[in-house]
Amino acid sequence: MNKTDALIIGAGPTGLFTAHQLKLIGLDCEIVDNLDKIGGQCIELYPDKPIYDIPAVPECTGEELTNNLLNQLKPFDIKFHLNERVDEVKKENDKWIVRTNGDTVFSTPNVIIAGGVGSFEPRKFAVKECEKFENTSVFYSIKDKRIFEGKTVSIFGGGDSALDWAVELSKNSKVNLIHRRDEFRGAQATVEKVQQLSKNGKINLFTKFQMTAIKGKNILESIDIKSDDNEVKTIQTDYVLGFFGLIMQLGPIANWGLNIDKKTIEVDTEKFETNQKGIYAVGDICNYPGKLKLILSGFHEGALAARACFKLARPNEKYRFEFTTTSSNLLKRLGKKD
Amino acid sequence: MAKITYITSDAKIHEIDVQNGLTVMEGAVQNDIPGIDADCGGGMACATCHVYVQDKWFDKLPKKEDGEEDMLDMAFEPKKNSRLSCQIVVSDEIDGLILNIPSKQG
Repeated sequence: MNKTDALIIGAGPTGLFTAHQLKLIGLDCEIVDNLDKIGGQCIELYPDKPIYDIPAVPECTGEELTNNLLNQLKPFDIKFHLNERVDEVKKENDKWIVRTNGDTVFSTPNVIIAGGVGSFEPRKFAVKECEKFENTSVFYSIKDKRIFEGKTVSIFGGGDSALDWAVELSKNSKVNLIHRRDEFRGAQATVEKVQQLSKNGKINLFTKFQMTAIKGKNILESIDIKSDDNEVKTIQTDYVLGFFGLIMQLGPIANWGLNIDKKTIEVDTEKFETNQKGIYAVGDICNYPGKLKLILSGFHEGALAARACFKLARPNEKYRFEFTTTSSNLLKRLGKKD
Repeated sequence: MAKITYITSDAKIHEIDVQNGLTVMEGAVQNDIPGIDADCGGGMACATCHVYVQDKWFDKLPKKEDGEEDMLDMAFEPKKNSRLSCQIVVSDEIDGLILNIPSKQG
């Protein structure tokens, strides 16, 4: 059981700056995120796209913003739990008991949801029957590539993940690569390699095709793919891999007894607290009259939620407002003064 | 101002007057039309405002910019007439536009 003053759900810009504010006022915190990296939407959706409306930063990319926020956190010791999604939040006496899908358990008086639009999950095939084979012969990520050796693998997608795996698996497996159009958005060098392997018969390429059916009783036998011109082909295959990127889903947050409207959580604008005492929501996921989904709003919301956390984490102490320019307490925490 | 007809996957017809300058996505979101999620808020970064444009309209719309087709690769059941509604700006020229909303966005 991890005991902490505040648990932050979401390692996007809002979650990171909220952690800064908590540490600055002397509280400890830990951060959970379902992605395998820090930065949230900034790093997953637009790492290279410039942002122009961060105060005092005329221009920066999603990746630069994330790196700057991490730099700002350097004086502090913050534990990140990546690749984990919070599944359960339960009240036990005056603490929240929080459990992740990796069975990490936290006990904390304060939970701050900085979850953006929800957690990132792989996009799945439109063909519903694929669910039946999921994690046995249909996969959206690869943990152990050795299971594909000597087998037929049908890979769907047109980005780097699909192309990289097609190239890699073609060494030891029979690979079909299927994509909805004849242009690929992966790196040019990889696209050329795939085309070369296709010429040499190492990869069977089907462009302008999409899956329409998946067949097999208990084990996967074949898939049907259909072209733009309604030509249907049946392909015998042992495995199917889909690489269609990630989608954001609210997921388990919907089950925590919070007031949710249109995938956002209602909060007050003093503490950014939800209808549950000690659970706060900040950033894109919170909603109140006049809410703007801007990164700068998330910073403000996190700063106020952090002060609210102080009351529950240190019930016998009084929070005193201080400036980083002058407070020796804050300067000590920042490592600027002994 | 343009009249836009959004047809949801349950065949319900929503006729909305949308102001020029807004996107077709914003027209849907502001009028509570179900089925358009627009998770990224119009940044062409998520493919959850995916629509099917009725054929006679498809060629009349301004062409896709770089990146829209890449995002459509990730959409749920993309077709030849797929577009991201955040990339279609409303003007008098598209008065009467009819589109179908897919059954899911992901």
